[in-house]
Amino acid sequence: MSLELFLLLAAALFSIGLFGALTQQSIVMLMMGLELMLGGIIVGAAAVWHYIAPAAADGQVLVVLAVTVMAVEMAIGFAVVTALFRAREVDMTDMAAELKE
Amino acid sequence: MAVLGDVIFWVLALLAVASGVMVFRFDSMARATYALLTSLLCVGGEVLLLGLDYLGVVIVLMMTIEMAIMAVFMVMYMMNPAGLMPMTMVHNTKGAAVICGAVFAVLAAGILLAPWPSRRGRPSHDPTMDLGLSLMGPQMLTMMTLGLTLFATIVATVVLATRRGRYDRFGDDLRSRTADDPVRGGMSR
Repeated sequence: MSLELFLLLAAALFSIGLFGALTQQSIVMLMMGLELMLGGIIVGAAAVWHYIAPAAADGQVLVVLAVTVMAVEMAIGFAVVTALFRAREVDMTDMAAELKE
Repeated sequence: MAVLGDVIFWVLALLAVASGVMVFRFDSMARATYALLTSLLCVGGEVLLLGLDYLGVVIVLMMTIEMAIMAVFMVMYMMNPAGLMPMTMVHNTKGAAVICGAVFAVLAAGILLAPWPSRRGRPSHDPTMDLGLSLMGPQMLTMMTLGLTLFATIVATVVLATRRGRYDRFGDDLRSRTADDPVRGGMSR
């Protein structure tokens, strides 16, 4: 185990999540991509805490921040999907963009 | 002990990446949700492996509940929750693959080429205690911002998800004296 390996894992998770967020049309699937990206960030922050500055708690605070962002993203995402579905009966990004006009 | 740590790291890392890929390959939305759960549980495992017991357990518990809620929303909103009718709901796969490959290459180059500083200090006996003291001390502003953000999220979620807001009840200019509700309130119903 080393810092580089953990960060490579984080980069891999981030890239996979980015791929999902860019390709998926369904808003819920898009949010899954965002969750994977945040998972990568959590691994990276924890690895930086452990391998670079374990004496300070700032790396841990970064993990707390990422976890909170995850929760907020889920809650707001589902609320937006609910509002969009109620107003327009759509759950996909392309359909929502078309209906804007 | 070091060898055991290596083995656990590789198992969790490969499982996390593999199930992360499977999230976007499964036809069934329910399966995709469980693949994401597996991936994020492995993330929690890696955090535990790094010695952050409290945060690792928090991540594991939070992800389990979050994915359970996500599965419910999946079944509510998806056209194809069980994968009975395979369909593709993707756009611009090639462009996204190029972008993500480039992002990974840049990140990996940065990770491998950067002169990382050597480890400074040792983890204290109780990192959770450190985190608590930090959040209630020097990082208080972070904690307060997080708290306010979460509160704003609760309000915004309710506002977005509610069917009838105040403009539906009191008119567009909010001038209506009585609320226009389907069921009138009060005693003399």
